[in-house]
Amino acid sequence: MSSQTMSTADGGAATSPVDRFERHRAELQRGRQRATLVYGALFLAALAGSVYISNFFPDRLAAGAPKVGDYLYDILPVLSAEHLFAGTKTEGSIAYWYFNLPKYLQLLLETVNMALFATILGTFGGFLMCFPASRNLMPNSWIYFGFRRVMEFCRAVPEVIFAILFVWAVGIGPLAGVAAIAIHSTGALGKLFSEVNENVDHKPMDGIRSAGGTWFDEIRFGVVPQVLPNFVSYALLRFEINIRASSIIGFVGAGGIGQELYYVINFNFYEEVSALVLLIVATVTCVDLLSARVRHRFIGKEHLA
Amino acid sequence: MSATVATMTESEMAALRARFPQVLSVDLRRIWLQRAIVAGVVGYLAFCCWVFEITFERLFGGLGKMWIVLRSMLVWKDMASWDYLGILQGLAETLGMAFLGTLVASLFAVVIGFAAARNVMPNRILHHLLRRFLDLLRGVDTLIWALVFVRAVGLGPLAGVLSIMVSDTGTLSKLYSEAVENVDRRPIEGVRSTGAGRLKTYRFGYLPQVLPVFLSTSLYWFESNTRSATILGIVGAGGIGMQLSERMKVQYWDQACFIILLILVTVGLIDTASKWIRMNIIGTRTL
Repeated sequence: MSSQTMSTADGGAATSPVDRFERHRAELQRGRQRATLVYGALFLAALAGSVYISNFFPDRLAAGAPKVGDYLYDILPVLSAEHLFAGTKTEGSIAYWYFNLPKYLQLLLETVNMALFATILGTFGGFLMCFPASRNLMPNSWIYFGFRRVMEFCRAVPEVIFAILFVWAVGIGPLAGVAAIAIHSTGALGKLFSEVNENVDHKPMDGIRSAGGTWFDEIRFGVVPQVLPNFVSYALLRFEINIRASSIIGFVGAGGIGQELYYVINFNFYEEVSALVLLIVATVTCVDLLSARVRHRFIGKEHLA
Repeated sequence: MSATVATMTESEMAALRARFPQVLSVDLRRIWLQRAIVAGVVGYLAFCCWVFEITFERLFGGLGKMWIVLRSMLVWKDMASWDYLGILQGLAETLGMAFLGTLVASLFAVVIGFAAARNVMPNRILHHLLRRFLDLLRGVDTLIWALVFVRAVGLGPLAGVLSIMVSDTGTLSKLYSEAVENVDRRPIEGVRSTGAGRLKTYRFGYLPQVLPVFLSTSLYWFESNTRSATILGIVGAGGIGMQLSERMKVQYWDQACFIILLILVTVGLIDTASKWIRMNIIGTRTL
């Protein structure tokens, strides 16, 4: 149809440029309207489907909303102004709210340790895997392909799934969590590292090759010095993510403070829920701020998604 | 200069050193620093092995068990008896949870995002309070929210939707408000100079600038939420995670492997689709 209108527009000398412009505009507008209609229908279908399948109905929401409010009210600590700084025995004091603090701190330390340990292991893993998985450094496309797929698998499977597996294999405790987070980090960091490698300057490598260096020499002296600051920055970013992961991975029994949180939520120790959640949020925020500082020292202010 | 290092005399070496001080000098402090870092890392790893009671027995025992798991993952038995309908329903639930959670969170975030932007909200204290509140929503992990909502509204995908909604309201509002803060002032001045009211200024001055950013941010988070929604079922918040963790608990490793592969394929498809949408409909390549 459009070719027909085009031919008459070209053939008829009587049509002014304004008419031609108007006709073209109308055509574009029709096309846009059609697209809007199609995408709108798709969107509405997706919306209806998801509302139906997830029971997101007004009556259920109305029934649930007060319960959510009640729950959030229940976990709030009972604090009274006159006893605020009293000892652990007085109800209404901060010390009463956080009576279990020594235990929490110990678990928090374990959580941070797990995250750091797993980040170091994951960084090593990613470091070893990223060079064969870089297009420009690996001439053999089979090895490249293999390493890419392995890393993809490692980062696509969520940590918690790995953790369930490892809890079964090595038993309940932080070892399972560390292994799960380390494997996930290996995949995620390996991908980021190899992307850094692919943007590397090739001149130092050429120089080393011309001096008789092997592939390993090229990597060691030609690539690593260029990419190391970026690697460190990505590893720190991963550490921030891993702190979050290690604080919840205890839900499936893989160690850390999540195990305690899971316990107090399921047994309705209301005040302890808020105490623990606040502690976790505070820790995560502190680590974020600290690591952002260190990162900026390594590669300056940057924008890492 | 055909001499190699081995045949050079001391004076020649000294001359070379003087000529290229940066190349041939050895920075002892730097070397010791590197050694100290390596020693520190190795020491820390050893310490962790001790704290987490990582012994060779446990590792090898674990590897042996993992080998059993891997083998039973790869041998698929009684495929006819698998509950495919349940698995597919779980997958649909996961996608629905991610979609609805992101959508509702985006709607909230449009309002809160404007309110939390410094150039829209002149009141410093209110701006600060709103930002801290969003930090709190964001700081609590989606899985924790899921656990809380399962206590409140019961098992099932509704808890999953709510948990994604709440934690994403925090994230998206923050990102949206940053987009609003980075807006170009000139179109807004232009709209205002025509005598437009407050609401019209937002509609014709702000919205056309920030809408593409909003859309592509939400799309990105939808992608990310399909990943996180796969595990919400582990605490009972519906979706494919429930199917997966049930099968892992009773050690149906072959079915678990099938579900994991299914998740990977679905996530890959969603990624491709959203990349396509971003390029063709929204018209931005970056996030």
